[in-house]
Amino acid sequence: MKLRAELAIKCATHESQTESRNHSIMQYNGSAIVAMVGKNCVAIAADKRLGQQALTVDMDFEKVFRMTDRTFIGLSGLAADVKTVHDTLRMRVNLYKHREERVIEPKTMAHLVSHMLYERRFGPYYIEPIIAGLDKDNKPYICATDLIGCLSLPEDFVVTGTASDNLFGMCESLWEPELEPEDLFETISQALLNAVDRDAMSGWGAVVHIITPDGVITRDIKGRMD
Amino acid sequence: MNRFVEQLVNDNNPANLEEVGYASNGMHFELASGNNPAAFTEQFTDVKSEKDARIKIAHGTTTLAFKFKEGVIVATDSRATMGNVISSQSVKKVIEINPYLLGTMAGGAADCSFWERVLGMECRLYELRNKKRISVAAASKLLSNLVYRYKGMGLSMGTMVAGWDGKGPGLYYVDSDGERLCNDLFSVGSGSTFAYGVLDSHYRYDMSVDEAKDLARRAIYHATHRDAFSGGVVRMYWVNQNGWVAYPLEDVGQLYYEYHPEIQLTNAVDSPLNATA
Repeated sequence: MKLRAELAIKCATHESQTESRNHSIMQYNGSAIVAMVGKNCVAIAADKRLGQQALTVDMDFEKVFRMTDRTFIGLSGLAADVKTVHDTLRMRVNLYKHREERVIEPKTMAHLVSHMLYERRFGPYYIEPIIAGLDKDNKPYICATDLIGCLSLPEDFVVTGTASDNLFGMCESLWEPELEPEDLFETISQALLNAVDRDAMSGWGAVVHIITPDGVITRDIKGRMD
Repeated sequence: MNRFVEQLVNDNNPANLEEVGYASNGMHFELASGNNPAAFTEQFTDVKSEKDARIKIAHGTTTLAFKFKEGVIVATDSRATMGNVISSQSVKKVIEINPYLLGTMAGGAADCSFWERVLGMECRLYELRNKKRISVAAASKLLSNLVYRYKGMGLSMGTMVAGWDGKGPGLYYVDSDGERLCNDLFSVGSGSTFAYGVLDSHYRYDMSVDEAKDLARRAIYHATHRDAFSGGVVRMYWVNQNGWVAYPLEDVGQLYYEYHPEIQLTNAVDSPLNATA
């Protein structure tokens, strides 16, 4: 009886150690990214912090990238892999453009990213991307994947990063269908700002991109710097 | 003498002591069964957010205190985190032990508030027994002796005891390892390195009260800015010969924009959306 109890404790500690090692690599730099669907528009927003655990190193770190005129990708997770994946993806998007002689659609890019991540199934990039854009018919598209490329395609909003739990809560309560660009901006900004204020690893300012058929609006927003 | 006071002062009557829940040999805590209860509890406890443990203790702090010619300044942030979640932005990390003594909280919030409350009681008992106020040196030694008895049991506290006594301003650092130091300047917590950076470069013993307050505010602000586990508001106290005075709380969210006047802000309503292709 005593032996069994000891064994159970050993298993529990071993499990929590391995889990926390993978866990901490996703939380090492800290981030919060969210994308939302509006009426004929989409918005994607991210915080600006780059940290090394508790230490804040950079307060103007880019984690949302414009891959085509109307498709953006947000990369949360390990900053080293954010850079690598962004560079590799830029190359693949350009190769697509040359081969197909047309600009890649958001949906196609999502599958490209998913495939790219699954190629590293047994040694993954430590990132969880979200993609937001308008397709050729001006229809909003958003999606998220996990670190090995499992696509999820909700029709309202997607979140990722260390503040993702908080963002889910904010989005569930603030988002509503058919928001105009200006209202979508307010909604996504409030969702992000209030989510990062309850997460120690993200925040320090934020950036919002609103993608409309007429073009893209980018705004830096004021946030708490602690 | 008041019956309650009599019970506490004559601590040779076990029956009376049982009644007030305080035994002469200290307190009683339930322990995990087994031959090493401390090690058992430790593997499930996360004091520094380094592991994904089941028992999480509120932690993460910047606290500072320094002596100068007009007394002692004590300042803290107000953030509490559990893992990466900010559980509070309005924690009171300064404990008012009595009108002449302050204690600061870093490490386990429960450990600090419990033991500094016990210290408060011991200081009051000292006054009743000796008909004079306790010195800062004696009070801090009382606390360090109290926690030393639990060394190795997993207590986590880094505290500063600040006050004014017959010798003038007093400042001691006491922690759960049993360390007790006297000095002019201390900072404790995850943000202490950042606070020390500011304090060491601008600290002078002959500062005025306003200069000292500005320095403490800046040091806490810089720590909250760089340390993810510090933030919220700056809470400040000044201890002088008449006891401590508390100052109004200052939100570091606003301090950032006061310290950086070059950052101009526009309300989104005043700058309509202009798309660029």
